[in-house]
Amino acid sequence: MDNVIRRRTPGARLARAVLYTVLILAVLFYLMPLVVMLFTSIKPLEEIRAGSLLAIPLDPTFAPWAKAWGEACTGMRCEGVSVYFFNSIAIVVPAVLISTTIGALNGYALTKWRFKGSELVFALMLFGCFIPFQVVLLPMAQTLGWLGLSSSRAGLVLVHVIFGIAFTTLFFRNFYVSVPSELVSAAKLDGAGFFRIFWRILLPVSKPIIVVSVIWQFTQIWNDFLFGVAFSAHDTQPVTVALNNLVNTSTGVKEYNVDMAAAMIAALPTLVVYVLAGKYFVRGLTAGSVKG
Amino acid sequence: MSALEIREVRKDFGSTRVLKDVSLAIDSGEFLILVGPSGCGKSTLMNAIAGLEPVTSGQILIAGKDVTWQTPAERDIAMVFQSYALYPSMTVRQNIAFGLEMRKVPKREREEAVERVADLLQISHLLDRKPSQLSGGQRQRVAMGRALAREPKIYLFDEPLSNLDAKLRVEMRTEIKKLHQRLGTTIVYVTHDQIEAMTLADSIAVMRDGHILQLGTPDEVYNDPVDMFVAGFMGSPSMNFLTATLEHEAVDYRLRVSTQGEEDVLLPWPQAHETPAMAEYVGRKVVLGLRPEHFSEEDERLGEHAEGTLFSARVTVVEPTGADILLRLPLGEKEVTARVGPKCRVAAGKRLALRIDMGRAVLFDPQTEQRLA
Repeated sequence: MDNVIRRRTPGARLARAVLYTVLILAVLFYLMPLVVMLFTSIKPLEEIRAGSLLAIPLDPTFAPWAKAWGEACTGMRCEGVSVYFFNSIAIVVPAVLISTTIGALNGYALTKWRFKGSELVFALMLFGCFIPFQVVLLPMAQTLGWLGLSSSRAGLVLVHVIFGIAFTTLFFRNFYVSVPSELVSAAKLDGAGFFRIFWRILLPVSKPIIVVSVIWQFTQIWNDFLFGVAFSAHDTQPVTVALNNLVNTSTGVKEYNVDMAAAMIAALPTLVVYVLAGKYFVRGLTAGSVKG
Repeated sequence: MSALEIREVRKDFGSTRVLKDVSLAIDSGEFLILVGPSGCGKSTLMNAIAGLEPVTSGQILIAGKDVTWQTPAERDIAMVFQSYALYPSMTVRQNIAFGLEMRKVPKREREEAVERVADLLQISHLLDRKPSQLSGGQRQRVAMGRALAREPKIYLFDEPLSNLDAKLRVEMRTEIKKLHQRLGTTIVYVTHDQIEAMTLADSIAVMRDGHILQLGTPDEVYNDPVDMFVAGFMGSPSMNFLTATLEHEAVDYRLRVSTQGEEDVLLPWPQAHETPAMAEYVGRKVVLGLRPEHFSEEDERLGEHAEGTLFSARVTVVEPTGADILLRLPLGEKEVTARVGPKCRVAAGKRLALRIDMGRAVLFDPQTEQRLA
């Protein structure tokens, strides 16, 4: 890592020690919320009331996790966040797949099958990246009503797909711009059509950008609260809304450990996705060209 | 019936006219080279033939059939691209077979075609590699293999050798020529390299600003250029253009070339090359075109048998290339390049006696740059 050659003087050692100290402190600072959440989620209530936030759990228990998953009350019902967790999955998976697929096709068409005004179409699509979600709440509710999709999971999938397309199109368009167009010309001469060229030539080299698109969309949609709270009914709520309801339930004792466990559960999937595919995310964002 | 005929093809990009009513025809088995500087429209013409760019007006016929509005796939042509355009996710084998697969050729036949082409191009040992694992020369071969596998009506080559290093380029050039002689295919080949054009072509179309200036055999284009552009573009080092005064002496024409600090050189124009147009130019300035090899070193052993007009000049630069020596010397208003044999002993700054072979000289109008004689 350190590829600067220099003599290790006492001054340099001291500077290095200061540098590491600062870095370690920064790491601890950023880790603290997660540590507090994790510790609190496995402490019994008595220990929380007695000790400080940062105290190490003396009597770790997973009961709060079990309760958060299966029994905790979210508003009127008391069946934990599991139902809503699966709601989220049922919304996120199709929404990610559909928006990524459409974004890939858009990017492909906008770069390799240019038509008069294709740049304008792309510029207009980019607007979608900058429109605040709040602006469209009412028209979207109206539209979902007309389509008969109000308060349904399918309606939420539709909303997320529409909003996601702007971003996924941007990703794929910028990626495909760097793929040589002669590949497409060659395939046309070989007799392949629009979809065949996409499927056989472009898609196999698109792995990095697919990963970027999937991670981005997954994180965005999983973490969405606004659309979830606005366009869902009780039984179609995503986990973020359920978490809010669970924490805000005012009956009975405030169970911080259960709240924290539920928050951890709600945050885990995006963490897992990033840990598994994070290195491709960075690679995909920086991928400039396809090696011939 | 021509293998390929282009009738008054015009192509506009917005308000820019890239092809200005281009027409040409080639026979089956002919090797046509489109040559010209960048931006002359040669690649656009190639894309129009391939069907990758629709033309604004005009017609394109392949084997007598109007294909102007057909898709690239329907035209039954294959193209070798400058960047090779090998499909990066496929092996060499899949790359070569892809066109056949798209045309629903049965698997057995596809495999046979791959074997045949791989044998022909000596790439059998590379069939299971990916393009990223190949060297530039190998990729070039695979790109040609992909074109050859389908046995189309016409092959298009778009500057196929320009990404190779100098040595490999010469080797591949010879191979392409061999392949053409062996297979008798119809080829349209785009290049900006006039040596490739001279060595490979049956006929050359020299293009500039969306026009074909001259269409002819390499010999015609080189020795009988229609204007100064063609004359200057073909040949390396390029043709010398000297300002000279045309004079009429008794029955013969001659050219007076004045060099500062030297006696005027009088060059008699061969009678066999006189044209009626020359009469108008007597007493006026014309441009005399002399190729470097039209100069030769004076050989005293030949004595009276020596041909050409003798003159002498002080050599300014000597550039030995190994096979011969290029000299720079003042003649007319500027310096000219002369090519002499490798044994010529001359040093910069020394005077040298040279002869000019007027039998191959050409004359141009200085304003229109068109050929006079």
